[in-house]
Amino acid sequence: MASNKNNKLNLEQQKYQSFAQKREPRRPLLSNCLKAFISGGAICVFGQLLHFMYIKYFSFTENNAGDPTAATLIIISVLLTGFGVYDTIAQWAGAGSAVPITGFANTISSAAIEHRSEGYVLGVGGNMFKIAGPVIVYGVFSAFVVSIIKMLVNYMGGI
Amino acid sequence: MVKGHQSFIFESKPVILASATSAGPFEAQGPLAEDIDLIHDDIYLGQDSFEKAEKLMLEGAAVKTMEKAGINKYDVGLFISGDLMNQIISSSFTARTIGIPYLGIFGACSSSMEGLSIAAAYVDGQKVKYVLTGASSHNSSAEKQFRYPNEYGAQKPPTAQWTVTGAGACLLSTQGNGPKVTGATIGRIVDMGISDPFNMGAAMAPAAVDTIEAHFRDMEIEPDYYDIIVTGDLGSIGHKITLDKLIENGMRISEKTYKDCGMMIYDSKKQQVFAGGSGCACSAITVYGHFLNRMRRGEIKKMLAVATGALHSPLSYQQKESIPCIAHAVAIEM
Repeated sequence: MASNKNNKLNLEQQKYQSFAQKREPRRPLLSNCLKAFISGGAICVFGQLLHFMYIKYFSFTENNAGDPTAATLIIISVLLTGFGVYDTIAQWAGAGSAVPITGFANTISSAAIEHRSEGYVLGVGGNMFKIAGPVIVYGVFSAFVVSIIKMLVNYMGGI
Repeated sequence: MVKGHQSFIFESKPVILASATSAGPFEAQGPLAEDIDLIHDDIYLGQDSFEKAEKLMLEGAAVKTMEKAGINKYDVGLFISGDLMNQIISSSFTARTIGIPYLGIFGACSSSMEGLSIAAAYVDGQKVKYVLTGASSHNSSAEKQFRYPNEYGAQKPPTAQWTVTGAGACLLSTQGNGPKVTGATIGRIVDMGISDPFNMGAAMAPAAVDTIEAHFRDMEIEPDYYDIIVTGDLGSIGHKITLDKLIENGMRISEKTYKDCGMMIYDSKKQQVFAGGSGCACSAITVYGHFLNRMRRGEIKKMLAVATGALHSPLSYQQKESIPCIAHAVAIEM
């Protein structure tokens, strides 16, 4: 009965799944997109305000104001995660709170908090990048591939 | 005595002498709060991990049950328990503390009724004088093991369910006063190819349908024999699928007699639990607490409790396996 590797379902399973699907509420895609747009946009606008603030009051330049901005957003995200608020916001915001740098900070800090009970080395250290790890692995790898392509293009005369 | 293909009649009618439940703060806000014996206002229960908190909750329910029955733990012949944790640590560590001969079982969320049916079989067949059975789950430890870290901001779909934090236990005896366990139907694994762990209701509903139909076929009775038929943790979606499927298959069953624990334990209007409650404690608290209390007050005479379980693991899910499901039914009569 169990589905095989190709996820082929037998007739009875197919019939049941369409029977069940009619009774399942769908993910509210449109409103989720809208909420993600609003909340993700709000985080970015807030980041931009921070950016201006660092330039205006802390004598950063256009080029290096990004660093303290990112750091501030990360600290706020980690604090909200620690106080147990971030997951509540995320249930409403969805991708809006997951995609910006705040979401990345949340994955790492939530895993660190969760596995504190297994100790600092195997617990916190071993699990901190449980969710963020794949992002880093494939992020670094794709950056590597893209830079090789760029290098080849340059080598062959460039554009 | 075997009846039909997969059902059993307990001729000596083992008596549920006492039952007790414990739960966390979120369950205390739900409509069944007054049927919960031990309410904790801290999900950690003063411990340093969720796993230890869950163990303490099961321990509390087990000890409270024996206290209510007025039975010393040295007189209890057997402790049968299950939970959701890897290697069922909550149950085994509770057994370590209370020191009663122990059988650990795993039936995921169906552990409560699996335990009750095994306990009844030991009392009925082997004449063990007192058998204690229990089940527990903890929202945070289950999330940690099966899904993501608790504080991780992942958006849950409307088909998701909320694992109940709590535990329930009951003590069976060869004689005494109280609700009696008259029969049980042991379920078969049913797998309809659903592999989404955020859609447990739809995955488990066919198992509930299979077991409920088997029960009435084996026992040669009609659904109106029972005042109430209750499933463990299908939630609102699974409940609807089960009811529609049973009616489609020609069973005369009404929405008035068929309930689901997952829809009763929380107030879905005020509490954000998506499709409803789930976990071993969902059926344990609702059946051992709410329904047994109503039976003792004489409001219900005959009940069929069907606990459903999804027998997957995080590993099997990642390897793209579908979710095998099971349901066990226990008939309790006053």
